[in-house]
Amino acid sequence: MSPLTGQILNLFASVLLLIAFAMLAQRRIVTLINLFAIQGLALVGSTVTVAWATGQRHLYYSAGITLVLKVVILPFILHRLIRRLNVKWDIETLINIPTMMLVGIVLVVFAFNLALPISQFSQSIARGTLGIALACVLMSFLMMITRSKAVPQVIGFLAMENGLFFAATSATYGMPMVVELGIALDVLVGMIILGVFMFQIREQFDSLDIHHLEKLKED
Amino acid sequence: MNLEGFLAQLLAVAAALAGAPLLSGWVNQCRAWLQNRRAPPITMPFRTLHKLFWKESVIAHDASPIFRVTPYIVFGCMLLACLIIPTLSTNLPLAPAADAIALVGLFGVARLFISLAAMDIGTSFGTLGARREMLVGFLAEPAFLMVVFTASLISSSTSLATTVSTLGHREFAILPSLAFAGLAFTMVSLAENARVPVDNPATHLELTMIHEALILEYSGRHLALIEWAASLKLFAYSCAGFAIFFPWGIAEASDSVAFLWALPALAAKLAVGGFALALIETILAKMRIFRVPEFLATAFLLGVLAILVHLLLGA
Amino acid sequence: MGPLPELLAIDGIMIVVAAWFAIGLVGIAALHDFRLVGRVLFPLSAVLSIAISGLALYALPGAPQTAVLAIGLPDLPFHLRLDALSAFFLALLGLASAGISVFAGGYFRQGEGTPPGLLCLHYHLFLAAMAMVMLADDAYAFMVTWEVMALSSYFLVTTNHRIAEIRRAGFLYILVAHVGAIAILLCFGVLQANTGDYTFANMRAQSLSPFWASCAFLLALFGFGAKAGLLPLHVWLPEAHPAAPSPVSALMSGVMLKTAIYGLVRVNFDLLGSPLWWWGVVALVVGLATALFGVVFAAAQVDMKRLLAYSSIENIGLIVVGLGLAIVFAAYRMHSLAALALVASLYHCVNHALFKSLLFLGTGSVLHATQERNLGKLGGLMRYMPWVAWTSLVGVIASAGLPPSNGFVSEWLLLQGFLFTGELPNPYLRMLVPVFAAGVVLVAALAGYVMVKFFGVIFLGRPREEKLASAHDAGGLERLGLLWLTAGCVLLGLFPVAVIEVIDPITYALVGRGLAQSGRAGDWLLLAPVSAERASYSPLLFLVVIATVVLLAFVLVRRFYHGRVRRAAPWDCGFPMQTARMQDTAEGFGQPIRQIFEPFYLMKRELPSPFDAAPRYKVTVEDPLWGWVYLRIAAVTEALSRWVGMLQRGRISIYLLYSFLTLVTLLLFTQA
Repeated sequence: MSPLTGQILNLFASVLLLIAFAMLAQRRIVTLINLFAIQGLALVGSTVTVAWATGQRHLYYSAGITLVLKVVILPFILHRLIRRLNVKWDIETLINIPTMMLVGIVLVVFAFNLALPISQFSQSIARGTLGIALACVLMSFLMMITRSKAVPQVIGFLAMENGLFFAATSATYGMPMVVELGIALDVLVGMIILGVFMFQIREQFDSLDIHHLEKLKED
Repeated sequence: MNLEGFLAQLLAVAAALAGAPLLSGWVNQCRAWLQNRRAPPITMPFRTLHKLFWKESVIAHDASPIFRVTPYIVFGCMLLACLIIPTLSTNLPLAPAADAIALVGLFGVARLFISLAAMDIGTSFGTLGARREMLVGFLAEPAFLMVVFTASLISSSTSLATTVSTLGHREFAILPSLAFAGLAFTMVSLAENARVPVDNPATHLELTMIHEALILEYSGRHLALIEWAASLKLFAYSCAGFAIFFPWGIAEASDSVAFLWALPALAAKLAVGGFALALIETILAKMRIFRVPEFLATAFLLGVLAILVHLLLGA
Repeated sequence: MGPLPELLAIDGIMIVVAAWFAIGLVGIAALHDFRLVGRVLFPLSAVLSIAISGLALYALPGAPQTAVLAIGLPDLPFHLRLDALSAFFLALLGLASAGISVFAGGYFRQGEGTPPGLLCLHYHLFLAAMAMVMLADDAYAFMVTWEVMALSSYFLVTTNHRIAEIRRAGFLYILVAHVGAIAILLCFGVLQANTGDYTFANMRAQSLSPFWASCAFLLALFGFGAKAGLLPLHVWLPEAHPAAPSPVSALMSGVMLKTAIYGLVRVNFDLLGSPLWWWGVVALVVGLATALFGVVFAAAQVDMKRLLAYSSIENIGLIVVGLGLAIVFAAYRMHSLAALALVASLYHCVNHALFKSLLFLGTGSVLHATQERNLGKLGGLMRYMPWVAWTSLVGVIASAGLPPSNGFVSEWLLLQGFLFTGELPNPYLRMLVPVFAAGVVLVAALAGYVMVKFFGVIFLGRPREEKLASAHDAGGLERLGLLWLTAGCVLLGLFPVAVIEVIDPITYALVGRGLAQSGRAGDWLLLAPVSAERASYSPLLFLVVIATVVLLAFVLVRRFYHGRVRRAAPWDCGFPMQTARMQDTAEGFGQPIRQIFEPFYLMKRELPSPFDAAPRYKVTVEDPLWGWVYLRIAAVTEALSRWVGMLQRGRISIYLLYSFLTLVTLLLFTQA
């Protein structure tokens, strides 16, 4: 792999990190979905770069699947979902945003140092990106924790999967095709189930605020 | 101080004093074209300055000496900024007087004085402008410093001349950290130069002003100096941006051939930069004043991320 | 009698301290004589201050000098030692107190609480105690002088003790001071490592296990932090500073807070051996939190002295950040960088001593001229008090950390130190410490906001009250004091290389490196702590260029155009009924900060409804830590004391029973 490919991969990794921060800070649900689509696009870019640099054919396929699934279909479904559910409200965060940014920075440093020993084994040239992938996963997790509405939580879940996918491509040049197809199917099915689930929540409580789920516990 | 350095410094003064109003004129021209208006000539700022210098200065009854001395101080600060930023050559005898951190401090001095002058008249608009200017300033300054930090981590120096020669000589590489820093720098420059998403330089409505509210009471030669200083500031920010992000074309010490090329290179870079600024001002709308902290906080975060990315990826 | 022994600098300093004490006693003799106390004693004391700083600066590069003073308990004399660090802080004390004392001579007036003679005694006891704290070379001497310092300043704070609020402030101060003193005592107890020898020489010789060393560090941070006003022990500061008369506030903020910094440096870099890296991180976190908290609250204040008190908290925070950075570097044996951070910290100590004293004295003059501390009722004083205004302007620029003032130099050095953290071996630190740099930069920028508010609202604009038009400028002695401190700020700002050469022996003694030999790369004009290619700054050149441009512009404009000026009414936007009260108040000016940093504050708003006949808007900003920390501690203490109170029965036989049971228990204990 040439140094230029490494640099391009680094660039995509940084863009992913930037988007993870932007998602963490985003208050609008529509923008959140768009950010998710851009994240998917960056993922496609990085996968194609790795595929081109290593000449592995199956990575092109998985880039294609990512493009179709995460840049087109899922954002489309999400947009439709929020239109159908008529939820264009600003997202309330449980922690204020500057604090979350600070926690995010700490998470990045933590993730990077965590990934350091693993990436030293890796043969890949873009070893630093593993840490960033891990950071993206953790930050998506953080986003799921700190949002009180169901739709952003779903987006957080999907973004987390993006981070994992990026880790797989950058560190080990992707998973076997079967596994990837399986995951893609899982995500799609999960998305549909969650969509149905959200309609159910709303019918039950007239709101998508997951605080209402707290009432379900036994007293 | 050798003769060559002295000449380079003199040329930098001349380039700044003449180039800054031309840059403002060019931006206005481009904006007029983009907005389907007939453009004023590019030398319009010079005519305005000349006109203002001839007019008598009207000063409020309650103004203290601070009000009268501020235009000169602001002008001095901005000219010094243009002298220490490598515009044409890195061989500047005055450059060691201030590195990039001191440059940020220099803009801070100008901001402090102009805010104090605005509070000095004792009208509500003046204090309102001062408050907003300081609000923009205290958020923009850290973001700017984060950009400086990124550049100096890469070049391991805060001296602008060293930064230019280090960054100008390295092999071409895509540095995500510099890209983030460049984005942050653009946002900071827009805010600091009172440009569109933050402030509207062409507004006549007092309640929405930031920069204009500060200088509402100035007239005659004082206003001329302030306007000239404002265009020098835009020039200085542009040149600082070019020095960090596009350091090609700036002459090294004792390289006379490159020196000849430096002026056209700078003019070309400024032309492109000015057009980009006009484009930004045309397609964006001014934001609410309390969106400005978010805008600048984003720039600050971008700066911090740039440092982090540099430390994480070494790029 | 043999030949007279050679007089050392330390002897000279002790003579000055004794002379201060004597001045205080003369003050007692002339209890109500304002003329004597003000015109003679205080200026005399200022001369002594100059003498002490001269002696200290003379002794600074030399070898440490020791002395033993046979006072106190038998077999327990005061050990004194004058080394570079003590000499530096003594010089700081002298430089700042010289200006403050002269000012105080013109400041104290008839009819303000304590009689002048008594005030003179407290004041000079305070000075003498601070000087002795810096000389002390054993825990006993240190604690005794430390307590004298706390008590004398307590009496100074409660000068106007007839006001209940001031008594409360004084009580809070003495309480926190004593809690801190206990921690310091315990720290010394740990440092002597069971040898029973409490001299600092012995503590230096001991090498503690990491656990005990960490205990000592944390105790020192707590104890000295209580004196310095580190979070969350800062609560006394914004209460005590406004309560005290202005020269006392200046002395407390400018000098006394630095004794705490002196203690921290002494314990961390001198008495404790090699530091652990996480101490530095603790200091960084606490320092940054303190600085940010201080500056955010300063922006929201409406009382000018409270504003300065919070600004002091901010500056102490920055100093501790510098110390933390130095500890981190020292822990990784990066000695030159530790020296850089330490120099930044010490430099900021002197700077803060000078500019904050200057600003406090300025508020004192304003207070005397207008009887008003509330920023919302001031304004336009530049015309009536030009001396105070122009000197304060220098202090404001320094406090805002802008070039070419002294405040900028220390900030610049600190940021240069932060730029080297990329070389730290620990990856977590390498990546997290730049985030601290971002915080420091934010604090510095906010300080500019606070200072514009301070200066602009007090001195600029139109007077918000009519009575301000009769404000008078400071008197002769007061002007002299203000000028002295202003000159200090300017010189420290313009000649940083000379100052760093003075500080150099300290860093040599404490971390084994200095900055001067690398700073030599430039010359006296150019400050380049590492190398001229890396970074350089020359305030003198900076100032000269700006001054030249200003002059040239002025002359050329006059030469080619004209200098005509017409006075007119300001633009009123077509609304002619504008009054001076419509200018931004202090609340108004702080409003953006209040909005952005809302989670920091405990805010109470009183908003008018649209139908109010007499609409009122009121906003008060309080410290949330008070409720979170102190009230809880108070509640726990009260609960405990209620429990203890059950012992109180009121019958004599029960009390006798207690004594009897105690006796029996003790007897059992001795038998076992």
